[in-house]
Amino acid sequence: MFKILHAQFIAPGIKRFVIEAPRIARKQRPGQFVIIRVNEKGERIPLTIEKSDPEKGTVNIVVQSLGKTTHMLNSLEAGDSILDMVGPLGKPSEIEKFGTVVVMGGGVGTAMAYPTASAMKRAGNRVITIIGGRNKDLVLLESEMREVSDTVLVTTDDGSYADKGLVTDKLRQLIENGTRIDLVLAVGPIPMMRAVADMTRKERIKTVVSLNPIMIDGTGMCGGCRVLVEGKSEFACVDGPEFDAHRVDFAVLVQRNAMYRDAEKRSMENYQHEAAEKKSAAPADAEVACALEGKK
Amino acid sequence: MSTPTTPTKKSNNPIPNKERIKMPRQHMPEAPPEVRNKQFTEVNLGYSAELARQEALRCIECAKPSCTKDCPVGVKVKEFVQLIVDGDFMGAAAKIREDNVLPAITGRVCPQEDHCEGACLLCNKGESLGIGYLERFVADYEQKHFDVTKIVKASPTGKKVAIVGSGPSGLTAAGDLVQKGHEVHVFEALHEIGGVLVYGIPEFRLPKQIIREQVDIMRAMGVEFETDVVVGRTVTIDELLDEEKYDAVFIGTGAGLPQFMGIPGEHLNGVYSANEFLTRINLMHAYEFPNYDEPMVDFRGKNVAVIGGGNTALDAIRSSLRLGAGNAFILYRRSEAEMPARLEEIKHAKEEGIQLQVLAAPLEFLDDGKGWLRAARCQKMELGEPDSSGRRRPVPIPGSEYELPLAVAIMAIGTTANPIIQTTTPGLATTKKGYIQADDTTQKTSRRGVFAGGDIVTGGATVILAMGAGRRAAKSIHEFLVSGEW
Repeated sequence: MFKILHAQFIAPGIKRFVIEAPRIARKQRPGQFVIIRVNEKGERIPLTIEKSDPEKGTVNIVVQSLGKTTHMLNSLEAGDSILDMVGPLGKPSEIEKFGTVVVMGGGVGTAMAYPTASAMKRAGNRVITIIGGRNKDLVLLESEMREVSDTVLVTTDDGSYADKGLVTDKLRQLIENGTRIDLVLAVGPIPMMRAVADMTRKERIKTVVSLNPIMIDGTGMCGGCRVLVEGKSEFACVDGPEFDAHRVDFAVLVQRNAMYRDAEKRSMENYQHEAAEKKSAAPADAEVACALEGKK
Repeated sequence: MSTPTTPTKKSNNPIPNKERIKMPRQHMPEAPPEVRNKQFTEVNLGYSAELARQEALRCIECAKPSCTKDCPVGVKVKEFVQLIVDGDFMGAAAKIREDNVLPAITGRVCPQEDHCEGACLLCNKGESLGIGYLERFVADYEQKHFDVTKIVKASPTGKKVAIVGSGPSGLTAAGDLVQKGHEVHVFEALHEIGGVLVYGIPEFRLPKQIIREQVDIMRAMGVEFETDVVVGRTVTIDELLDEEKYDAVFIGTGAGLPQFMGIPGEHLNGVYSANEFLTRINLMHAYEFPNYDEPMVDFRGKNVAVIGGGNTALDAIRSSLRLGAGNAFILYRRSEAEMPARLEEIKHAKEEGIQLQVLAAPLEFLDDGKGWLRAARCQKMELGEPDSSGRRRPVPIPGSEYELPLAVAIMAIGTTANPIIQTTTPGLATTKKGYIQADDTTQKTSRRGVFAGGDIVTGGATVILAMGAGRRAAKSIHEFLVSGEW
């Protein structure tokens, strides 16, 4: 059992947890992740590590409510526990002095990019960070990023904060302005990472993306997280999660991540149904009717 | 390791030897095929005490029992079988436990025909003694009657051993070492104890409850377990030795990364590795979705094929049938005679309605246009000259290509070495294929105090061979801890 010491929403549907996990806290390096299982009947899902504190033995994770498991997680509070948390998994980011590094975070991907940005800065790089969200509320970790970056550029899709547009617009501007870029790291939704890869491929800028495919054990045993890299299967949990963006087949990634969409939808509906039932404490026969409905 | 002992006790078997060889082997009661192929409950139902006694009477009590000699852990078969004849089932269990700490598991999944039963002299006259069935009977009896309060713990030696991986080799090493009085701590990467026994072997062949009970006995013996620790990532081998002050480490991390064929279309939705498919079913209970959260592709009424002919392939395809597959095929590139699976599994699979397509292999998986598997383009084979494995090599027949419509294909063609420990342990020598180098008899690695055994040393093998390695390792770890000499 892994105890939650603090839990706080940092944006609508996005929660930061501080979890007691001394072994993981001690070993975590930028770019790595954890796998959690909320309860006995839960699935195993990979999650982003924002940072860890080896002294206190704590790990911060940032979770966006998307399906049943993340909704369940985000209903937990300080004092509650997560049944299983294993990590840190995956290869750490390659940190060295590249020169100028552009770190791009889309939505909750910003939390995964943050420790790498921080390490890149410590390694003596000039760090230009570009973060974005659909709206003002979904721009995450801006102040944290400012602390570890030379420049922070912010976009929102709807223009409700900073500059209206996409993070890739900012990247294009940098390229067009003739900014020398030695490395781009992009973490975010697949369409964003794909767009970044397409843009930098033409410019021959080394680009790394952090992938988040479906995963079970996270140790290389199951092969569920395989991604097509230049026509060859590689496993995100042991060969990644970071890959050369120009070699990744994003279409296959999208296709494989959609494999359980129907089941995920069904899980989510059942969960919402149960949550609603709990709230309303409906009379007995109405409950039976609901249960039957759910079975269909 | 224990050596076969000459019996000091006279047998109480009243039947003369020449009569015993005429007695038929007692059949294992089984759930009917048409019932069991729709559910995950156990296929073999186990001997009753009466059946066990009947079967035990068949043992001809060889002076030099080859059954024991051929057992990777050296179970004293003749002696435990005699105790069954005497009706002393707990005594029989204790006798097995001297050499095998997981009898309820080996009694179910060990390929006995390759070891004890294959060596049984009764084979010459008819059918071998049902040693596996008897072992299972005794182990199940013990589990029902086990009194943990009666466990006598060895006096502590003050030495600490870390076991990495809670599969067959790790559990065996742990069981042997704790009985010597060493403090034993087992680290497991997954959330359940048992390694391949829980993620790989389905409920209908090895119920999870059996593993839990065997592990509970080990806990009562003093073994400590810690789940959710990926050694190499969460903590390294060097940290275990230097900082956590373990006096020795045994690495039994098991089968590695699943292999794919490298043919077009393997990334399509609906193509699984057997490891992933079985992990979803066994560890994550996907067959109980949505009661459990882990999802599975809908198999109902669909064509499903497994590629491969080993136990993993059979476990996968029999599980597919239980998920409601309309047609369940085994695609195997050699002939049935070369299939490496246990004979009993092949028999059970056929009874349940599995269709064998032997001497055939896929060349390509075909897309339905939406990223899902539609069919496999296959090729027929014939057998040529024997290859390095001694089995006749499959040779493609030109012009024999055909299309097999499939919604799901499961690759069960073996594994390659998992690199996590090797790449995080400086000085740990590996083989060309990336497995950990360990001595055949002592299981010592190139690093002082570090031992290894099981699939991470040999590549994919069987539960009992891994257990044998665990036993050998425990013996030499004990010697190392006592003498301090490497």
